[in-house]
Amino acid sequence: MKTNAETLTITERQSTWRFLLSEMKPRGKFLTPFNIISIPIILLGVVLIVIRFMKGIGSITNLTQDTPWGLWIGFDVVTGVAFAGGAYVITFMVYILNLKNFHSIVRVTVLNGFLAYVFYAGALLLDLGRPWHVINPVIGNSFGTSSVLFLVAWHFLLYMVAELIEFSPAIAEWLGARRARKILSGMTLAAVIFGITLSTLHQSGLGALFLMAKGKIHPLWYSEFIPIMFFVSSTFAGLSMVIFEGSISHKVFSGQISEKNHQAQKGIINKLSKICAGAMFAYFFLQLLVFIHEQHWGLLNTGMGYWYLLEMLGFVLVPMILFIISYRTFNTTLTRVAAIMTMIGVILNRLNVTVIGFKWEMAIRYVPSWMEFTVTLAVIFTEIWIFRWVITRMPVLRDSPSWVKENE
Amino acid sequence: MGLRRRSFLKLLGVTGITLAIGESSHAASKTTESDEEFHGVLYDSTRCVGCRTCEYECAAAHKLPEPIDKVAAVRKTDETCNTVVNTFQTDKGEVFIKRQCMHCNEPACAAACLTKAMHKTKSGPVTWDGDKCMGCRYCMVSCPFDSPKFEYHSANPKIQKCDMCAERMKTEKSPACVFNCPNDALKYGKRRDLIKEARRRIYEKPDLYIDHIYGEHEAGGTGWLYLSPVPFEQLGMNTAIQQSSYPELTKGFLYSVPSVFVLVPTLLLGIHQATKNNHLNQEEENEN
Repeated sequence: MKTNAETLTITERQSTWRFLLSEMKPRGKFLTPFNIISIPIILLGVVLIVIRFMKGIGSITNLTQDTPWGLWIGFDVVTGVAFAGGAYVITFMVYILNLKNFHSIVRVTVLNGFLAYVFYAGALLLDLGRPWHVINPVIGNSFGTSSVLFLVAWHFLLYMVAELIEFSPAIAEWLGARRARKILSGMTLAAVIFGITLSTLHQSGLGALFLMAKGKIHPLWYSEFIPIMFFVSSTFAGLSMVIFEGSISHKVFSGQISEKNHQAQKGIINKLSKICAGAMFAYFFLQLLVFIHEQHWGLLNTGMGYWYLLEMLGFVLVPMILFIISYRTFNTTLTRVAAIMTMIGVILNRLNVTVIGFKWEMAIRYVPSWMEFTVTLAVIFTEIWIFRWVITRMPVLRDSPSWVKENE
Repeated sequence: MGLRRRSFLKLLGVTGITLAIGESSHAASKTTESDEEFHGVLYDSTRCVGCRTCEYECAAAHKLPEPIDKVAAVRKTDETCNTVVNTFQTDKGEVFIKRQCMHCNEPACAAACLTKAMHKTKSGPVTWDGDKCMGCRYCMVSCPFDSPKFEYHSANPKIQKCDMCAERMKTEKSPACVFNCPNDALKYGKRRDLIKEARRRIYEKPDLYIDHIYGEHEAGGTGWLYLSPVPFEQLGMNTAIQQSSYPELTKGFLYSVPSVFVLVPTLLLGIHQATKNNHLNQEEENEN
């Protein structure tokens, strides 16, 4: 605590510019396994992106006239945003329900959500054929208000702002800006309320995008309830990501985390597993209702039917039961297993709606090229780099500097 | 706990902001308010001889590469050709069928477009505006007929599809394919008149035609209308298409947006106020 306060008084004397410059320098060991794997992939990804902008989307993707949306939309955007759902669920619990027990994980979750939106929604730019017109629906005179995508695009933009505001006190603490911190933290509640409302609409909106693709999506995955399914599943998708990311952060950045928060982590994970189980039960029940209502029994005994059963039973029902057991037995390892299985299930579900179940009867199916995978990995690795950069510099996992408490 | 001035203003502010933004994302209803009638084309496959003149004239009119002579019997339109004439062997012999964008009355592509680059003009054609399009290809995902095609191998890609010669219509009386059809298989006119004409033909020669005008109700009605001697599924036409408009499918979701924007923030603020003192109680309990 004391060292923090000391460094801050020193940095205040320095010019902000020199402070920022010194913060840009890398810290810690350079040749870690993560760096050795991620750097070549990121560089290769950059080369591929240059090729894509020079020769068109078809030069590095396997997209066709029949499957206009592939891995970049189905995984990067639709799945990535579902995993970013943790931010609105955790802020709802901490700021709206006032469950202060979860306070220690708010910042890291919001940071994670914010970066996910910046990078995965940012990856959308790679998939746009005419990205220089991306500004049209924002400032142009051409508001396509009847479009679900218009709503989703606006919500992405506004939600990024809301999450930045939610996270901004940490930036202010890092810069030692005391007055700014006070103003910014006063805006948190409004940003949280605004952010949750936006999330409700665009998490479901991502599902509503596919409502007009009726007849193109396999009937086991298409129903008029896709928006509700997407919204409900985004809650446990996000929380599973929180559990997963928390487990890694507590190992990798253990030096940052106070003893008190280390102790609290186990209890937090335990409570989250209970919430996940509840949300998954609701989701499973909804899926079952839709399945019975649409009378799809005949479709079960097909290849796609088995695939559907694997998703619903193997990666929704089973992890739900595991969450319940792990909550009862206080078994953190089991919770992590359940969280990873849940995440696989969410990836399966989103890809089944957007890519695998899309035009499922086509003779020649779309399979992403290795270059699409590389660019996706490059985007994820870059996000982790930025995440690590922020974590090691700003008070995200570690406690706020002592002047924060004095001010309040 | 009374309502204090500060919290009241907060509530007012939050509701005001969300109302203002909620308004902007309000769904516009898809009614066509003009008094001008949609124009369309009636295609009579009993008159079509499969000469593919329409393909050549279309390519010339849109500055697309000239079609090749020898082609497979069944093709799809793509980014280099806006129309194709396919050949099918049926129980009534060889039947030709011309394919292109259907120019729906309520097009899914136009409802999907977030920049209004896809647009149903007042006179009927569904056109694409390159100055607005950002190349997201949501129109391709949404179109039930898979009409819009994308130039995947261009750094400045365009969406290609039949535009019913919207440019040409400023000076000429009919689209290039209709104008140049040697056997009168295509007829351009007001959609209402075309349906009357189609009914008349079916009525006069009930043995020649099946009693179905494809496009009268498909996808809520399309600008292009088809007559055929055999059921349309034998000609590779999608007959599983719903008989009402596709934009209708997202209407419910879009209409819920303004109410969510009013109700959810208010609810959240209410819960926040109600649970505000929870953690204080918890701390007191801990201390005791």
